[in-house]
Amino acid sequence: MNIIVCAKQVVDVSEMKVDPNTKKPILQGVPQKISDIDKNAIEEAIKIKDKHGGKITVVTVGSSDAKEGIKELLAMGADEGVLISSPDKCDYRVVSSLLAEAIKKIGEYDIVLCGEASIDMFSGQVGPRLAGLLNMPQITYAQNVNAEKDKTVAVRNMGDKSVTTESSYPVLITVTKEINEPRLPSLMQILGAANKPINEWSADSLTKDLEPKVETLELKGIPMERKNIVYKDDVDDSVKKLVDSLAKEGVLR
Amino acid sequence: MKLELNDQQKMIQKMVKEFAEKEIAPIAAELDKKEEYPTKILEKMAKLGLLGTIIPTEYGGAGLDTISYAIVVEEISRKCASTGVITSVHNSLVAWPIMKYGTEEQKKKYLPILAKGEKIGAFAATEPNAGSDLGAMQTSAVLKGNKYIINGDKTFITSGSEAGIIILFAVTDKSAGPKGISAFIVESDMKGYKVGSIYEKLGINASKTSELIFEDMEVPKENLLSKEGEGFKIALSTLDGGRIGIAAQAVGIAQAALDESIEYSKQRQQFGRPLAKFQAIQWMIADMATRIEASRYLVYNAAYVKDNGGHFSKEAAMAKLFASETAMEAVIKAVQIHGGYGYTKEYTVERLFRDAKITEIYEGTSEVQRMVIASSLLR
Repeated sequence: MNIIVCAKQVVDVSEMKVDPNTKKPILQGVPQKISDIDKNAIEEAIKIKDKHGGKITVVTVGSSDAKEGIKELLAMGADEGVLISSPDKCDYRVVSSLLAEAIKKIGEYDIVLCGEASIDMFSGQVGPRLAGLLNMPQITYAQNVNAEKDKTVAVRNMGDKSVTTESSYPVLITVTKEINEPRLPSLMQILGAANKPINEWSADSLTKDLEPKVETLELKGIPMERKNIVYKDDVDDSVKKLVDSLAKEGVLR
Repeated sequence: MKLELNDQQKMIQKMVKEFAEKEIAPIAAELDKKEEYPTKILEKMAKLGLLGTIIPTEYGGAGLDTISYAIVVEEISRKCASTGVITSVHNSLVAWPIMKYGTEEQKKKYLPILAKGEKIGAFAATEPNAGSDLGAMQTSAVLKGNKYIINGDKTFITSGSEAGIIILFAVTDKSAGPKGISAFIVESDMKGYKVGSIYEKLGINASKTSELIFEDMEVPKENLLSKEGEGFKIALSTLDGGRIGIAAQAVGIAQAALDESIEYSKQRQQFGRPLAKFQAIQWMIADMATRIEASRYLVYNAAYVKDNGGHFSKEAAMAKLFASETAMEAVIKAVQIHGGYGYTKEYTVERLFRDAKITEIYEGTSEVQRMVIASSLLR
């Protein structure tokens, strides 16, 4: 079973702060990491490989810093990495078409696995776009995957319900966080990862259509400041004031 | 010169940090409270290769450099100093002397077991009347036929009640002083091996520290490490390496004290603003961070000299002295920053405060470290 996993190196949003004046995210000095849900995708790929054998290739669009992240996925159990140099300006369409062209170039695949979305932008577009570009069936939001010899049966998390879906190969699957617990690589696997290949492909060697259609005008953090209002009057008055204040803020209707 | 970890060392640091946060942090306080040995944690560490960090790959270890090893001990100790010292003793004081002085048979027999964590290692040198003055030990080993008969007792042995493989020091020639001491590889199931009392301690409560008693213990002749009379030399050179481990443990404890202090001082409000806005607190944080950074570089430096084949006694002693005193200073400040809460068992800094003290005592007190440093300078 040949599996391709798409992974993205992102800023560690839990370490990111927002400038209190401009509300812009402060990205300087924030560590990077592989997007959490993409690690779930790798973990699932390793489990499928353990069952059926085969090869796992990780594909990333990013800067050369992303090599560190790819190495971590190689240590976890992927066999080979592909790093596509990211154009300066990129949107989901460009990223998806770069990944699609890279996957075509890799050639043989039975399953393409993605996280349901990346933890930085969380658009959730890349998986479905890829399936469209590669003209293959897709199963999104999989919380459980059972890869059998001739077909895959997956349970999709639809929020208030779950739906069991089945597909022949090749198939693209996007996974959710609940699907598994990503493993930590052992020291020996970390050492072994140094010998696994990472191929670097330039964006324009894959496609000339690199013009983004979406322009990001501004990124702003959502301020979550406390109001620090303390009601010290007697209970009835305080409750009334609290309710009035919540209604005024639009929390109560 | 480049003062930066390489990619592999960074990956190891990231992995161990994640492991410690996920698997150790949630249960460290409970293990301390119950004085419970971290058996489950050690099993998980073994699977990740963390118990065989320095053991060569041909014997089932990861065969890593000493800087990587120091990173492992620091990150583990940052969440649990008890697990940190168990890891340090297991690698530095048990696996290392076998790697360095063992015969091929001894290496093949014992190193894979240690690397897989099937048995935990202990180092038995200290006696009730022989601590810093190791040459005064009295445990005796007499060769009878093809067995040594060992009698005596050892004290303050880390993992003493849990260990399966013990590096033991005993006198084979009373008339020769320190040159009459020999080293042995002992297994806990050998006849005449007994665990004595387990100490109640101020800190590192999850590492069982015990007495070991040997009554006519029979140790096969082939378990002698190196030659008769080489024990004192083996002990000293082993402890040089052990000090890098303990220094790394101290850095881990100090870093944890800093982590907790930064988080708390940003949250805790007094006089209408967070503690972090007060200069008195800022200065304490700045001093802690500066000393921790210096300690860490001293550890890396000692590890670097060791890996490059240099004589590293002085460097290891400096790292251990400075890092352990830094740890003590950092935990005192951390409790001070936490105020009354820091004095309660609800907060991690209370445990750190108790755990830090031992780093100034074991594997050579601060006074012994100063002796080692001075003697290498005043030769």
